[in-house]
Amino acid sequence: MIDVQNLTRKFGEFVAVHDISFTVERGEIFAFLGPNGAGKTTTIKILTTLLPPTSGTVRIDGLDPTRDSTAVRARIGIVFQDPSLDQNLSAWENLDLHGALYHVPRKLRRERAQVLLELFGLWERREELVKQYSGGMMRRLEIARGLLHTPRILFLDEPTLGLDPQSRNQLWTHVKRLNQEEGVTVFLTTHYMDEADRVAGRIAVIDHGRIVSLGTSAELKTSTGSATLEEAFLALTGTEIREESAGSADQMRRAARAWRGR
Amino acid sequence: MGAIYVLWLRELKRYVRSRAQIVASLGQPLLYLLALGYGLSPVFRRSGEGNYLEFIAPGVIAMTVLFSSLFSGIQLIWDRQFGFLKETLVAPVPRLHIMIGRTCGAATTAMIQGLLVALVAVLAGFRPASYGGVPLAFGFLALIAVVFTALGTTVGSTLRDMQGFQMVMNFLVLPIFFLSGALYPLAHLPIALTVLTRVDPLTYGVDGLRGALIARGHFSALIDLVVMALLAVALTAVGAWRFARIEI
Repeated sequence: MIDVQNLTRKFGEFVAVHDISFTVERGEIFAFLGPNGAGKTTTIKILTTLLPPTSGTVRIDGLDPTRDSTAVRARIGIVFQDPSLDQNLSAWENLDLHGALYHVPRKLRRERAQVLLELFGLWERREELVKQYSGGMMRRLEIARGLLHTPRILFLDEPTLGLDPQSRNQLWTHVKRLNQEEGVTVFLTTHYMDEADRVAGRIAVIDHGRIVSLGTSAELKTSTGSATLEEAFLALTGTEIREESAGSADQMRRAARAWRGR
Repeated sequence: MGAIYVLWLRELKRYVRSRAQIVASLGQPLLYLLALGYGLSPVFRRSGEGNYLEFIAPGVIAMTVLFSSLFSGIQLIWDRQFGFLKETLVAPVPRLHIMIGRTCGAATTAMIQGLLVALVAVLAGFRPASYGGVPLAFGFLALIAVVFTALGTTVGSTLRDMQGFQMVMNFLVLPIFFLSGALYPLAHLPIALTVLTRVDPLTYGVDGLRGALIARGHFSALIDLVVMALLAVALTAVGAWRFARIEI
């Protein structure tokens, strides 16, 4: 379903992704783990047509994201790491707009929007503008939106960041059900090792732009002689803390937050 | 087509919801219209040019559309920072449709804003010379809106954050306004100003509007129309090109 061969992405001199290769089978749940700045988000951007690779080949369901970007986009659903809702629209309007952009027929998108809003506990507050939502509610809405058009491949970039245990549980239960019942392939990144351990079939550990290990959770633990996935992760990537410079988007968002809080 | 419609609708919904902003952005045009319109009227009349309120009203309407459409185009930066742009760019929709949807929406709201000011002008005593020119005036309003939304989109696709915004304001928006002949007649200007007014796109919009509403155009309506239409096509093409190159 996802086939990546010798993928490299450079930003000027900086090599964000260095010659990585992996495949994800149809119906698999595949986790991409790595410290901050390891190249996870860059990889997801390339897989989801947002960024062209510097070299290497990528195939999503047999299609090239650079050349057949529209066809690839119709097959995938994405929950981004950072917010991407329209805060001046209601939850319902955000879902409706998304459904229209993904060509989901009106009747069907209303039914699915209702099911998803109920599932993520937002149905009662669907008419409220998103800017009145708490961080956790926005997160849940983003996830609901990513599922609305029943994608064949679901990309989840740190989807549970800032979610309470109840919502996290709800999310993974739903993702597993989608995977089992509808055969949706899932590609996820997370910093919570227990989540990866619980849901992912195979796990790739990426660090400094290279895949340092790839296998099932059990294989990773055995190869590093660790009792938990967290220990295995630390054994593979070291204990040093990574600094990630804040991009202009982050700075801007911080400024906007400060300004609105005035 | 569905995508163009929903993005157009989104701009409209956002506009209707920002009532405070609508009122705030009417303040400046009203000052120009009422303070300058009434204030300079005696001088203007004494120099044999007639009623200044009547003269300036098309200019102030055009100014409102200019500000409103340029800023809506630049709103792109906000959508990029708050992430919503990304949501539209990964949808299975050609980028051109997204750009067209946004532009139509922004141009529509800019026209509504211009019509609100036109309404106030009418309340202040402004009357078109003949009502037959009103449809043509609508046409010019739409062209001004499209030209400057496209320009805003071009700027918004190029700037990465709001830091360049003040510069855009001082070196783009205000010169376009002050050099357009919105506030003064285009005849008998010093040579430098004559040249500058002729290269300012808004000049032809204001002149077309003035010709249609009070039959006091400096150029012929056909020249105004052709220049504005060509600019609308060219700037939309440039805007679409810049928009297609946005990297998230």
